[in-house]
Amino acid sequence: MNAKDWKILLVDDEREFITTLAERLDLRGIPSRVAFDGESALEAIAAEEPYVVVLDVLMPGIKGLEVLERVKRTNPLVQVLLLTGHGSTRDGIEGMRLGAYDYMMKPLNIDTLIEKMESATDYAMKAAAQSGKNEGQ
Amino acid sequence: MMKLTEIIKKPFRGLQSDVDEAESPVRYTVLRRKIFALMAAATLIPLLAMAVLNYYEHMTTMSREIQNPLRVLVNKTKNSFELFLTERSSTVSLIASAYTYPELADENKLSRIFSVMKKEFKGFVDLGLIDEHGTQVNYVGPYALKGKNYAEQRWFQEVRIKGKYVSDVFMGFRKFPHVIVAVQHMTEDGRTWILRATLDTHQFERIIASMSLEPDADAFLVNTQGIMQTSSNNYGKVLEKLSFALPPQTYEPAVLSMVDPLGRDVYLSYAYFPEADFVLMAVKPRGSLLKSWYTVRGDLLFIFALGVVAVFVAAYRVTDVLIGRMKESEERREMALRQVEHSQKLSSIGRLAAGVAHEINNPLAIINEKAGLMKDIMVRGGEFTAKAKLDVQVESILRAVERCRGITHRMLGFARRMDVSIEDLDVGEIIKETAGFLSNEAMHRKVDVRLEIDPDLPRINSDRSQLQQVFLNLFNNALAAVADGGRIVAMAREVGDNVDITVRDNGCGMSDETLKHIFEPFFTTKKGKGTGLGLSITYGIIKRLGGDIAVESEQGVGTTLTITLPKGQREAMA
Repeated sequence: MNAKDWKILLVDDEREFITTLAERLDLRGIPSRVAFDGESALEAIAAEEPYVVVLDVLMPGIKGLEVLERVKRTNPLVQVLLLTGHGSTRDGIEGMRLGAYDYMMKPLNIDTLIEKMESATDYAMKAAAQSGKNEGQ
Repeated sequence: MMKLTEIIKKPFRGLQSDVDEAESPVRYTVLRRKIFALMAAATLIPLLAMAVLNYYEHMTTMSREIQNPLRVLVNKTKNSFELFLTERSSTVSLIASAYTYPELADENKLSRIFSVMKKEFKGFVDLGLIDEHGTQVNYVGPYALKGKNYAEQRWFQEVRIKGKYVSDVFMGFRKFPHVIVAVQHMTEDGRTWILRATLDTHQFERIIASMSLEPDADAFLVNTQGIMQTSSNNYGKVLEKLSFALPPQTYEPAVLSMVDPLGRDVYLSYAYFPEADFVLMAVKPRGSLLKSWYTVRGDLLFIFALGVVAVFVAAYRVTDVLIGRMKESEERREMALRQVEHSQKLSSIGRLAAGVAHEINNPLAIINEKAGLMKDIMVRGGEFTAKAKLDVQVESILRAVERCRGITHRMLGFARRMDVSIEDLDVGEIIKETAGFLSNEAMHRKVDVRLEIDPDLPRINSDRSQLQQVFLNLFNNALAAVADGGRIVAMAREVGDNVDITVRDNGCGMSDETLKHIFEPFFTTKKGKGTGLGLSITYGIIKRLGGDIAVESEQGVGTTLTITLPKGQREAMA
């Protein structure tokens, strides 16, 4: 599976954090787009249908969990990796209940993130293929 | 009326306000004193009232019982005296009517009549016939009194006016105490004469002796001028002046309480004679009469004193117990208040710690990413002069970030300890739900996840979100351990007072060396991929919830983690 095909959206209001993360992923050959709030994230998801969204839970405006809920309603095949404050597992668990693929705690370990992104992309691709097959039938 | 209610309320108001206010030991002393006084008063006042009432009731009854026999005795004796005098005067009157003057003037006849009188009625000393001029014309008796003239004597005047006369005791010509009974008679031709008899006072002594008085008692006759008519043991001889004043006149027998001239407390019982100039008196010392009353009074006082002592002892003991209980409950209340205060304080510190940790996480994440990017650039940017030195600096930044992660981890651990919320919950449901979170990945990797939950599993008291975190950690670890197509089995069942949850996988297993460290913070086998916090957090949570966690593992075979949770909430160990 070529990392160039992963279609990743990174969402966080901490611009410094998320742009640096995007740059680091880019250095590893993983293209990604960024959004700095819930609303633009929802627009980007609707327009581009990424496989995986890395979504911060704590954001001003539309909160991460609400974005997750809406995404799961409109684009159920999109897989969401939640970013929570370190040790704040309640939000993570709540996210899992709402259909998140997994959750991770800040500060991140980039290798673990990439591992989870790969797993989630793989799952999303297969699910999309399955869904396409079902639609074709 | 207002005043009365105020008085009643006052001590109670004191009690109430004192209980809620001051906390010094002085307050308990004051309270103890008040309760003691209140209890003693509440018990002693009725007791005292009863004792006083009883005392007076008893005294009145006793004194009535003592006075009544005295009254009866005096009445009976007075009757005896009256009978005696009436009989004697009737006898003289009968003789005066039955015989004519010449018959009575006949010496022999009068002598015979007198001898019959003496035989039939005791006490007659002599008998004389006195003409209208006061001259004794005939006389029978031990003295030579014939021819004596009584015209100037008082008794003669009185009998001339009243027709009948009983004298006081007097000495007269005879020189010994005697009483005269005289009757005037009028003949058909209008002449008057007087028949006069003398009675000796031995008969009086005899009647008084028949009263059978105790040696310390006294009875005597006295006339209305206070002259003794019979001798008394204590108050004068016959014809002497009575040594105390006469009591008020009453013909019905009466009883007086007084102090006699000898200084004794006495009962004086007396009655005036309606027909004669006499007063009968009986005197009894109260001491001897009241002996039984004194015994009763002593008994009463003893019982009262005993009651008072018992009341004091009981009030003291009850107050002691009451104050003890009060102190105890107040101490308990204070302790509970302190605990609540303490836990509130800890809880707010916990919230503050969590807030700080979360706030620090974001800048920390930026530093982490920036340093990571610097490292990435240096790795990919080829050699340059200061590369080695910069490398060291970046590594140092990344280590500092790790240290900060440790600090926020500890702060959040503390916050979590303060944030246990216990509810009644179904563990089976939580296990199913948590396993559901991972179903995507499990399905993707074709891992067989089986749940064997006892349908009769009891509900337990525990913290839902913390248990979810525990199970999520366990399932995540199991998923990480198994190869694609592996198996994870979660079981839950009741064992005694506990619920046991087992998560078994057929993954790679762990060495004995790894097993020794798995519950330590930051220990990880995921080689840079894990945080190394999962099992240490799990361990902390389970201990806090009063449970236990055990692990069995064999390399190449798999790992079994068993969590034991109490059905009811136990004291946390954290």
